[in-house]
Amino acid sequence: MARRATSGLLFQGSDWNFATLSRTYDAIETIALEEMGLSIYPNQLEIITSEQMLDAYSSVGMPLMYQHWSFGKRFAYEEHHYRKGHRGLAYELVINSNPCITYLMEENTMAMQALVTAHAAFGHNHFFKNNYLFRQWTDAGAILSYMDFAKKYVMKCEERHGTAAVEAILDSAHALMDQGVFRYRRPPRLSSEKVRERARERLEYEEQTYSDLWRTLPQVAENRDPADAERDASERKKVLNLPEENLLYFLEKHSLILEPWQRELLRIVRVIAQYFSPQRQTKVMNEGCATFVHYTIINRLYDQGRIGEGHMLELLQSHSNVVFQPDFDDRRYPGINPYALGFAMMQDIQRIATEPTAEDRDWFPSFAGNGDWMETLRDAWANHRDESFILQYLSPAVMRKFRLFQLSDRSSDRFVEVASIHNERGYSAVRTALANSYDVAANQPDIQVMDVDLLGDRQLRLQHNVKHGILLDEGSRDATMRHIRHLWGYEVSLAGVDVQTGRTVYECSTAKAAD
Amino acid sequence: MPNFIDRRLNPKDKSLGNRQRFLKRAREELKRVIKEQVKSDRIIDVDAAHGVPMPTDGASEPTFQPSRGSGERDYVLPGNKEFSAGDRLPKPEAGGGGGGKGRPGRGESDDDFQFILSREEVLDLFFEDLELPDMVKLNLKETVTFKPRRAGFATAGTPTNINVGRTMRNSFGRRMALHRPKEKELTAITDEIALLEAAPEPTAKDRQRLKELRSELERIEKKRRRIPYVDPVDIRFNRFEQQPLPNANAVMFCLMDVSASMGEREKDLAKRFFVLLHLFLKRRYERIDIVFIRHTDEAHEVDEQTFFYSTQSGGTIVSTALEEMLRIIEDRYPSQIWNIYAAQASDGDNIIGDSEHCAALLREKLTKLCQYYAYVEIIDERETEIFGSTDNGTALWRAYRTVDGEKTNFQMTRIAKPADIYPVFRRLFARQPATRTRK
Repeated sequence: MARRATSGLLFQGSDWNFATLSRTYDAIETIALEEMGLSIYPNQLEIITSEQMLDAYSSVGMPLMYQHWSFGKRFAYEEHHYRKGHRGLAYELVINSNPCITYLMEENTMAMQALVTAHAAFGHNHFFKNNYLFRQWTDAGAILSYMDFAKKYVMKCEERHGTAAVEAILDSAHALMDQGVFRYRRPPRLSSEKVRERARERLEYEEQTYSDLWRTLPQVAENRDPADAERDASERKKVLNLPEENLLYFLEKHSLILEPWQRELLRIVRVIAQYFSPQRQTKVMNEGCATFVHYTIINRLYDQGRIGEGHMLELLQSHSNVVFQPDFDDRRYPGINPYALGFAMMQDIQRIATEPTAEDRDWFPSFAGNGDWMETLRDAWANHRDESFILQYLSPAVMRKFRLFQLSDRSSDRFVEVASIHNERGYSAVRTALANSYDVAANQPDIQVMDVDLLGDRQLRLQHNVKHGILLDEGSRDATMRHIRHLWGYEVSLAGVDVQTGRTVYECSTAKAAD
Repeated sequence: MPNFIDRRLNPKDKSLGNRQRFLKRAREELKRVIKEQVKSDRIIDVDAAHGVPMPTDGASEPTFQPSRGSGERDYVLPGNKEFSAGDRLPKPEAGGGGGGKGRPGRGESDDDFQFILSREEVLDLFFEDLELPDMVKLNLKETVTFKPRRAGFATAGTPTNINVGRTMRNSFGRRMALHRPKEKELTAITDEIALLEAAPEPTAKDRQRLKELRSELERIEKKRRRIPYVDPVDIRFNRFEQQPLPNANAVMFCLMDVSASMGEREKDLAKRFFVLLHLFLKRRYERIDIVFIRHTDEAHEVDEQTFFYSTQSGGTIVSTALEEMLRIIEDRYPSQIWNIYAAQASDGDNIIGDSEHCAALLREKLTKLCQYYAYVEIIDERETEIFGSTDNGTALWRAYRTVDGEKTNFQMTRIAKPADIYPVFRRLFARQPATRTRK
């Protein structure tokens, strides 16, 4: 170990300047790349003010975003809480792009800048580049230019069709953002500018050459036997690729009333939703990874004698704030802290790999005591999302540390029951339940397009696959349905079908709601 | 070495456009809230930033949400202290079912969420149904007026501000001090050279002289080049300082009939009338005092709270208020020092025989003391048809009409809705600011 090595402290005092930032970055980079073996996108570090941070918050963390009133609402909300002192701003913000953009707040002390650099520019960056979800579902190289295109395109549409018309489409599209994501099928890559341009031109051409004559062609004979109708239906479903889980995609491709520019707007919203979907599925891992990386790097720097003790105390204090987990009955309890859980699990993996107990050998025969904790972690970071990560790596030791317990809540009962706790009998149940609660796909309502009768009344039939009897909140459901109707152009109906029994639980439609 | 970019100097207010869109969307609701607040605020506070609760109408973003009260769920929570498997806990009675216990509520409660409208935005909403001309709105929103004032000279500035006289004086002095050869010397020498060169048979003496002259000419030209006619160090610019316009003091009298016939609607209209006058005065005067005088059959000076919110029973004698105002002016606001403005609101009721007295008071005394006297009679909306702006009406109205004809600084109107208020101020706003301010 190169203890007390060459150069002494990287920085002194709390003020930063670009020389110290850069020197510190180099020291961190050496540790991250050579000792931890991280693999990252090239970094771009941008210094911003607190106001700019608020701006970035309200445009969902993207440096470029089209204009919409909902971002103004979010901004007002964030600003209020910040001004009132209810919550501080994040020290940094990092964007999954190539080069990887990290925002550093100007108010941070130099020590914090070091922590944040290690956290975001190396921890998150490594995760973005290597995790399978991000690799498969997002395109870090293209996102910035796409957002640039999106912003300009929305602006162009507003000039051409008026702000109100564009806003109406975006409102409806935002309502379906959660249902605008492919979960199982790989979405097409973001095509280059040229290809998109060609597609748009084709659409416009088709629109210009639309001929009403086709509609007057003689219909098929009226009296068809039921078998025919059924065959037609299945044919139709095949053509439309039904059932379809991505409502935005379906509306974009098959809506009967939308004009090309409106379809393009839906596509923009859908692409953004898809871009963010891996982040929602990897909160614990992503934050855990970044926290673990900064913790390891900062400690190494301290061991090398490159960070003074005073700064180390400051960093440890803010680190422990970040990984603080209040108990469920604490007034501050906001849910399980992803930083805390992720960091604890990763530290535990390190421990199991180096100093396993007999219990660990039982639970994790594949890597207990293998000594190479870094390799084990890199493998976990690359190949899991929250659900599978917890399912595979949550150890009894961590469950005991957090004193996790499982509550089961049936709406028909007047009580909740403690189903299992952190003991021998409960470990696997608690672990499974926790993993399930991080399964985004399972926790969001599963709503799919089942059928649409293009030749008949053109009603769009949706089906809500009801899991565990959890229904939809009626007020927001009807409001959202109205948005779908707005995009589809004709009536929309929704049927809730229980997954286990196949029974229809409820039915509703925009036609009835309007009565 | 990473790529560091300093973004701190990037343009601010990236979200401003989004904020405006949001305000536009929530406009109706915000307008209602601001109206409520104007009703309850003090007059001088209207003109400031306001916090308003987050609008809900038109600003909701629905999505498909699982409903709280159905189905079976499992929660995993940290921090178990005493539970073991199989324990049953009663659900909290109200609220979102069992989930309320551990699950984070979706966002905190938004009840205490105030969001701040700037002064500008508040005034926009306040003005909306007053139907003010845009020029006036602009004038009212403008805060302090500055006037550029000459303040000496500067060595830097824009070319349009060059002070030629001063610059040339400097240039002249410098040329003298450095002995810059004059144009006259130069032409004398060139003339002599030309003369000598023109001579058909130059003598040796001439040639010698010519040589001397040429070297002299060269020396002079060199020196003239070295010492320019106008050098950058000579140039002076006029310097201007932005000086706030001198503002005098103003006092604003609010007179109102508070007898039982003045209801909620009447008082609300009256308040807007007073607020508008105050906004106008605030633009022009640095210090404004407000005096509230309410009257029934006797008049009192009261504070704002009492003025708007407490009622008093009794008859109506308008002249008492005018007399009270006169008394206060004599006491505290001598008209040589103060600009006096008065705004009177009433429903037109007056005791028989008093109206002529009022008109006389106005004609003889008050209109001479006041910069401006505005009177509004608040009438029922149904009555607008009957009393257009005709001469008939209450005795008070008829009496005041006679004053209206004589005095230019007296204005009166009947109002039934907010949009009617403006005309009474029209002449006030039409005038150029600072023409009649008395110091």
